[in-house]
Amino acid sequence: MSALSDPHEERRRTTRPVWEEKPGMLLSLGKGATLTLVVLAVLFPMWSIVVTSLASRETINRVGGMVVVPREFDISAYVTMLSGGQVTRALGVSLFVTLVGTCLSLVLTVLTAYGLSRPSSLGHRPLLFFFLLTFLVYPGLVPSYLVVSGLGFKDSLWALIVPSAINVFNLVVVRSFFMSIPGELFDSARIDGASEWRVLTSIVLPLSKAVVAVVGLFYAVGYWNAYFNSVLFIDDNDKWPIQRVLQSYILAGQSPHVAGVAVNIPGITTYPPTLAIKMAVVVVTVLPALVIYPFVQRNFTKGVIVGAVKG
Amino acid sequence: MNDPHVSSAATLKPGKRAIGARLRRDWPFLAMTAPAALLLLVFHYLPTLGNVIAFQDYNPFEGRNAFEAFMKSEWIGIENFQVLFADGAFWDAVINTLSITAFQLVFFFPLPILLAILLHGLVSARLRALIQGIVYLPHFFSWVLVVTFFVQMLGGAGLLAQEFHRHGLTPWNIMSNPHTFIMLVTAEAVWKDVGWASIIFLAALSTIDPTLYEAAAADGAGRWRRLWHVTLPGLRPVIVLLLILRIGDALNVGFEQYLLQRDAVGRQAAEVLDTFVYYDAIVPQQWGVGAAAGLFKAIVGLLLIVSANKAAHRLGEQGVYSKT
Repeated sequence: MSALSDPHEERRRTTRPVWEEKPGMLLSLGKGATLTLVVLAVLFPMWSIVVTSLASRETINRVGGMVVVPREFDISAYVTMLSGGQVTRALGVSLFVTLVGTCLSLVLTVLTAYGLSRPSSLGHRPLLFFFLLTFLVYPGLVPSYLVVSGLGFKDSLWALIVPSAINVFNLVVVRSFFMSIPGELFDSARIDGASEWRVLTSIVLPLSKAVVAVVGLFYAVGYWNAYFNSVLFIDDNDKWPIQRVLQSYILAGQSPHVAGVAVNIPGITTYPPTLAIKMAVVVVTVLPALVIYPFVQRNFTKGVIVGAVKG
Repeated sequence: MNDPHVSSAATLKPGKRAIGARLRRDWPFLAMTAPAALLLLVFHYLPTLGNVIAFQDYNPFEGRNAFEAFMKSEWIGIENFQVLFADGAFWDAVINTLSITAFQLVFFFPLPILLAILLHGLVSARLRALIQGIVYLPHFFSWVLVVTFFVQMLGGAGLLAQEFHRHGLTPWNIMSNPHTFIMLVTAEAVWKDVGWASIIFLAALSTIDPTLYEAAAADGAGRWRRLWHVTLPGLRPVIVLLLILRIGDALNVGFEQYLLQRDAVGRQAAEVLDTFVYYDAIVPQQWGVGAAAGLFKAIVGLLLIVSANKAAHRLGEQGVYSKT
């Protein structure tokens, strides 16, 4: 299957075929209700959390907690959260880990995928086996912990990046895309004297923007969402990523004072409600995924992932 | 590469000279693969080999670094496994893990298939794309976020409890009830991943030849008979593939989800194998026993996937890998 074309796109129906009977009233109603319910189940919690983060103390006190109907647009919770302190610092940590990690992972993944994309090259089969074997044979928690901490990564942000820098599933996705590019394109470039490096950067990569974008999103989401590796390796809470702060602040119920979460009181009267600050932390933790997602989502259907799964 | 032994190429056998020539041609590919291979060697294969400390009384204070400690630690045979298998908490964790897997095979596994069939049946492509965009989204949320969402909606201080209070009813806290925990984690997993998991079924649905439906309709098959005789057989290979993968992964139910909720629910319901290893090996530094549990999990997982694949071959399905 070629990853460059999308069979789904071509066959997409916009009208009902003539032989298909019109669905009954009950069936249509059932389908519509189910899909509406599924969509609401995703959107409603997000809505309520955003509205609560923007609510004033009076509103939160009146409804007794989470707010559903927006009454005001009070950004004091965000101001407090971002005015220094642990949440601000954790956002910086997570941004650093995500940006540096994604760049490193993408470079490694693209290089390796290209290095493994020529079945005739020296040592191709054993090398490919070396990478694919990781799916069947994997280390347990204890030896992994001992190796990473033994290499001196404890309390270093690199512990959140380097051990997870290459994901073999993403590698397989990129590799099968590279292999679907017609070989004549490379051959003509090589005859013209282009080095492999040149072929990769000038021919392969420009054709692979969609797959690189999707895999980049996967890596970025992985780094941003990682929680447990910080439990294992980061004791110093100045270096905690945002997920860890969210956990200690909301799920473990540490008060912001104990957890050191930003409580810079600009004036007693504008002190925002705790619940609003909590929900504001949730919102900024969701935000990066929400912002990047629409740009990349189009590419999911372009056969990128599906091609790899089938190939 | 500048090995002096290679310089006298004339004296080498033809096969070796070919390797030299291929190396000169292919070294860029090898160089591009090397960094990632090195990373996997250090962070994947080295710890995999490190599992041998399951047969040691591993003590990190024996040496200045982990390797020296490994060399100096005493070999004790299968004592760690004896300790592990005598531990009731370990078997509780195994049983919890397998129960959750079985429960989710029944109550989670079919849902993405149903969702995919529903979405595929939508006539408007734009509406379908919109719904897809929304239902894929939670897949990109972290477990910390998903659990937070559930706490804020269904927890003791969440929206549902608020409504109960307002109507003078006593709310029950779903988030900390060990008896319903298995349903809770399944609901969370469905909320997070049902959309994402439907992608592969949607792809399989789009490869079913539309003329099959037309022919079936011409032969008088109604909506449900077409679903049964055309759609489901078309999905069969993908369903079998995913079923094998899930069974091979039976001892992996996800880790962070349980780690995050174990304190609220208690270990008797929420302890799975991975959290057992974390709380009973890493936290108290029982390295040998922890490695034994990890090795147990890896070997059972390997056996499960190989036998599930064998069963699929026997049923005439393709499976995950073929017998080549």
